[in-house]
Amino acid sequence: MSLDQTDKKILQIIQSDFPLTSRPFAAIAESLGITEDEVLERIGRMQQSGVIRRLGGLFDSRKIGYTGTLCAMRVPQDHLSRVAEIVNAYPGVTHNYIRSHEYNMWFTLLAESEARINSIIKEIKTKTGITDVLNLPAVNIFKIRVNFNLSEVQNAD
Amino acid sequence: MLTDLEKQIVIELQNGLPLVPRPYQEIAERLGLAESELIIKIKEMTERGIIRRFGAAVRHQDLGFTANAMVVWDVPEEQAPTAGRLLAGFAEVTHCYQRTRRPGWPYTIFTVIHGQTREECERIAGRMAKKTGFTNYRLLFSTSELKKSTMKYFSD
Repeated sequence: MSLDQTDKKILQIIQSDFPLTSRPFAAIAESLGITEDEVLERIGRMQQSGVIRRLGGLFDSRKIGYTGTLCAMRVPQDHLSRVAEIVNAYPGVTHNYIRSHEYNMWFTLLAESEARINSIIKEIKTKTGITDVLNLPAVNIFKIRVNFNLSEVQNAD
Repeated sequence: MLTDLEKQIVIELQNGLPLVPRPYQEIAERLGLAESELIIKIKEMTERGIIRRFGAAVRHQDLGFTANAMVVWDVPEEQAPTAGRLLAGFAEVTHCYQRTRRPGWPYTIFTVIHGQTREECERIAGRMAKKTGFTNYRLLFSTSELKKSTMKYFSD
């Protein structure tokens, strides 16, 4: 879908500065000089088209008591879809990408404990028959930036 | 650790805010709270870092970011904290982690770069290497996305 200037302004506000007030959409509307209904309608449309993946909270899995890791797996080309089906079936697998490397399948895994992480990886090895899986937990986090400044994006064109 | 109420708030907020004029009121009612109590609680959970960000998660591809490269850096473990801090300092880097080294996998620092093209990502990585002096690196481009979802905590 194509976004007009008003959509982009809304995105910018709701990505970084979503109002924590009784009527948040009315507050956004006021700052843009449009109606609350129009803000709700535009956000609904952007949600439906998938531009907005989610409107809500993004959590720090560690502070919630979960532990996470990044796994890399060496999967033969002709087994990719079969293996992906097994790996993706775990709700704790939130991202899975094919990347240009001998370790070609890269997925993130979240679970309630390290023991559970290890047992899921063991299960994946058993179910897929692929034993070359790297478990690469983070030992230091230097930066996580999840929101982009839209004006930066526009300037980059 | 989280209280039962905090867990319930996590569950509500991960399901998404309802698109109604008073979304906090609607959620607060389900939790047996006043609207103002819920708003205060969300602020507090944000301050404590439990909520990393409150608002919309947007799909990057739709906003003109077409290339996403994971750049892995072969840096000795004792130098990794320094390298991590330096590499994280580049504006194009959205994520920077140190990860465990494994046999056959010498890379300790992982950075994610978002650019318009692969070539742009390669140029950025080259510039990072030149400026920091860490020159053993590889770019891993994602060629397809097999899954992208948001974690549902406390769902089982």
